[in-house]
Amino acid sequence: MNGFLLQYLPIVIFLGIATVLGLGFILAAAILAPKAPDPEKLSAYECGFNAFDDARMKFDVRFYLVSILFIIFDLEVAFLFPWAVSLMKLPQEVQPFAFWSMMTFLGVLTVGFIYEWKKGALEWE
Amino acid sequence: MDLQAIAFYLLAAVTVISGFLVITARNPVHSVLFLIMAFFTAAGLFVMLGAEFLAMLLIVVYVGAVAVLFLFVVMMLDVDFTQLREGFARYLPIGMAVGGVLAVEMVMVAVTVAANGAAGKNAAPAAPVADLPNAEAIGRVLYTDYIYFFQAAGLVLLVAMIGAIVLTLRRRPGVRRQNIGDQVARTPASGMKIVQIKSGEGLSE
Repeated sequence: MNGFLLQYLPIVIFLGIATVLGLGFILAAAILAPKAPDPEKLSAYECGFNAFDDARMKFDVRFYLVSILFIIFDLEVAFLFPWAVSLMKLPQEVQPFAFWSMMTFLGVLTVGFIYEWKKGALEWE
Repeated sequence: MDLQAIAFYLLAAVTVISGFLVITARNPVHSVLFLIMAFFTAAGLFVMLGAEFLAMLLIVVYVGAVAVLFLFVVMMLDVDFTQLREGFARYLPIGMAVGGVLAVEMVMVAVTVAANGAAGKNAAPAAPVADLPNAEAIGRVLYTDYIYFFQAAGLVLLVAMIGAIVLTLRRRPGVRRQNIGDQVARTPASGMKIVQIKSGEGLSE
């Protein structure tokens, strides 16, 4: 178990360096940097005039559609991954079954993909 | 205390604290960012349990996709803070009721697990997969023994895909779209007309 976790040592070291660097920059800025606070420095710069309104606004729902379609194909790939590494190591007699099981899964999602292609959900008007 | 325990307590503490900050942060965007932090540390806890594949999946799917979706929703909602706080007193009783039911359920589960152990008495022990890489151990059973669940997952994804398209896709009238096929298929014959014009008369059109 410990040998397995030791493989993650580089990630832990990386996390440590990232934390130290991040905190170091924040602390250095807080301690060393000259300070002359001014509300104008924090206000939004809009080419000379005062900002008209908030940056928070409703934007198009199609961004949401694109990201939800991305999640679905992301999950499809997540299902593909254990299949790819284990298929040839399964017992010989269940290999075709496992293969066609995945093909059915992909077929079902291809139906959805064709639907979305034909509907024009992937097109940006 | 060995290194593994230190790492566990560190990750668990960060998970709990950022989970708490998710519900207390004033700004919903900050809430989502704390949620991403909680996902990352939970992935660390999965790694400590030896479930590498689940940990990577948590980062790829939840941090990479679901959290981005949450950010979209939060930014799309045009959050008005005074309006948010307006219904607080009105929704307090139903919120307390739901929270109370959840708390009772959690206490009951904890008491039962403490008395009987996590697995039921009759549950078959999981197959020993100690020497197998994680993804391979899942792949060994998912596509054959658990095929119905696997295909059901495919159908759920299909329904989600079609539902998202039906709910959000709108055709806008009056938008001029580029049809590359039509453009490429144009020939000189269909695209232009050659007219002989007599001198001094011009073209009537």
